Amino acid sequence: MAYVAVKGGEAAITNAHRWLAEDRRGDPAVAEVAVDQVREQLSLAVDRVMSEGSCYDRDLAALAVKQSRGDLPEAIFLMRAYRTTLPRFGYSQPVETGQMAVRRRISAAFKDIPGGQVLGPTFDYTHRLLDFTLAANGGAPVEPAPQAVEPQAYPMSTIASVFAHEGLLETDQPTTDAPEPFDLTREPMAFPAGREQRLQALARGDEGFLLSLAYSSQRGWGSTHPLCAEIRLGEVAVEFTPDELGFPIEIGELTLTECQMISTVTGNPEVAPQFGRGYGLTFGHCERKAMSMAIVDRALRDAAELDNAAPCQDQEFVLYHSDNVEASGFVQHLKLPHYVDFQADLQLVRRLRREYAARESAMKEAAE
Amino acid sequence: MSSGSNKPERYYNYAYLDEQTKRMIRRAILKALAIPGYQVPFGSREMPVPYGWGTGGIQLTAAIIGPSDVYKCIDQGADDTTNAVSIRRFFAQVADVAVTEDTGEATIIQTRHRIPEKPLKEGQVLVFQVPQPEPLRGLEPRETETRAMHAYEEYGLQYVSLYESVAAYGRIASTVGYPTMIEERYLMSPSPIPKFDNPKMGDNEAILLFGAGREKRIYAVPPYTRVRSLDFEDYPFETQTWEENCALCGAEGSYLDEVILDDAGERMFVCSDSHFCAERRAAGHVGSMADHALAHLEDDQPAVEPA
Repeated sequence: MAYVAVKGGEAAITNAHRWLAEDRRGDPAVAEVAVDQVREQLSLAVDRVMSEGSCYDRDLAALAVKQSRGDLPEAIFLMRAYRTTLPRFGYSQPVETGQMAVRRRISAAFKDIPGGQVLGPTFDYTHRLLDFTLAANGGAPVEPAPQAVEPQAYPMSTIASVFAHEGLLETDQPTTDAPEPFDLTREPMAFPAGREQRLQALARGDEGFLLSLAYSSQRGWGSTHPLCAEIRLGEVAVEFTPDELGFPIEIGELTLTECQMISTVTGNPEVAPQFGRGYGLTFGHCERKAMSMAIVDRALRDAAELDNAAPCQDQEFVLYHSDNVEASGFVQHLKLPHYVDFQADLQLVRRLRREYAARESAMKEAAE
Repeated sequence: MSSGSNKPERYYNYAYLDEQTKRMIRRAILKALAIPGYQVPFGSREMPVPYGWGTGGIQLTAAIIGPSDVYKCIDQGADDTTNAVSIRRFFAQVADVAVTEDTGEATIIQTRHRIPEKPLKEGQVLVFQVPQPEPLRGLEPRETETRAMHAYEEYGLQYVSLYESVAAYGRIASTVGYPTMIEERYLMSPSPIPKFDNPKMGDNEAILLFGAGREKRIYAVPPYTRVRSLDFEDYPFETQTWEENCALCGAEGSYLDEVILDDAGERMFVCSDSHFCAERRAAGHVGSMADHALAHLEDDQPAVEPA
């Protein structure tokens, strides 16, 4: 009864959902993982789901990770499908990453910069050796990291401010009469894409896709010779101006990762040679993503001037294919039934084969 | 189907989308109807089903459906295919709407890959799920280019492609998603329906709406519109035909699915349109394998599980 599997039907779907729920739970003899455990102990998964899910809510992201059994693109999809139903109150004030309460800030451009190099909680210099004590006595208390003797500088000066007095680094001037920013969640992609549309698409874009694009750029497919001027991780305040008040009030706090990539000298008859910038920003701690985003942002800025753009410099290629909810859905829709289409193809191929056979036998007769 | 208002799904707005989003989609639909065959960009939303699984069609349906509608959903022509079942359940729950398998009774029919065999009537809306709205995409990957080609009515590339197919295979080898010209102005993808269904589109009494969620485009063929499948004088457009009739209902000239019966290559052909086939069988039409378990299987399955 192979046909039953193809036709599926009500009962099959219901039962498949039950089986899925059972598999999600795993062995009932093992304690169920709680959403707060996911939130606290799988925090980088939560960060990625918030970033690419475009929704800053640690509890919901943790729930999505749990519900999706750790399949992060699936968790991101759950977040997106939830966020799209939320009412919109308006735009916050732009967050000031210069005012960030920094937990990590490093620059690869200078040995030391004002505020110093702050490693923070990073995997960077760990040896990637499986820690079997985590498996053996995962419940043992973790020794707290020592407190610094001197308090950290606040605000921590940005790389832009370090360069500012020489004009070595291009700066983005705030436009006073700017229209409301493009909103990718409400409007379809349009080309040529403005910077805000590009940055939104990259911020929502799949980490793996952007990582590979950034890597391809480094290997020479549209190279931007990037240098990591600054990465900072920490908390920023979110301010919102309600119509009733007319002045901004603080409504919450976000953890952000910001990356400034600087690249090869640019310049033209109007502008003196200076370093160009690429920008990366994510919710939570998503350093790999923020760095990849910054490199791709920089690469995309070259696109308009190039005839033979590399993949990472091609707006349509990058922006149309970076969203993993779109990509995952469309790739996986191939498992939906296609037997009407296939029957049409089958008919054509059978017909072409008959014609081919007829030609072959005619040739054979002619030869004999 | 009983009211779904106490189910979790109804914590969302009626028919899932918020009213502002529905208005935005309706405006896009009106524009699409005013410019037949033109692809209207719209602010497609993330839906609770994956892209590629009917998000465009679902948004169109959500924007036009009301409690008095009767909703039918088919995939590959059949009401009981898994994704059709899933989408029909969704609207039964979020829109408290009556569902049916009867093509004649439905006011909104959402479809993937087929147009029902029974001719549609005025007042009906056929909603197509569209994976790739751009008929020229296979020839030109850039959206900026294809939009310009439509604007200038520059369709030479499409004809060259059909000609190349004739040169290579001796015939126009396109089988599904066969390119159509709407009111002699816009080249339009009919979605991946078999070219068998193309002639049903022209002068149709119903409204044909096409929704591509992932690509964020809506387009339409209003009632009584000219739809021409591209061809050449010496290679005229032709549709699929079968030597066999439907093994269950004996229908000639319906679109057939091929069902493999065993490992020895034994097969039967049955109507792809499951309701068309069931209706014929109910009327006493008999095919060569009318007793096959398949016939009973389809008859036994209710459209919606009792709540």
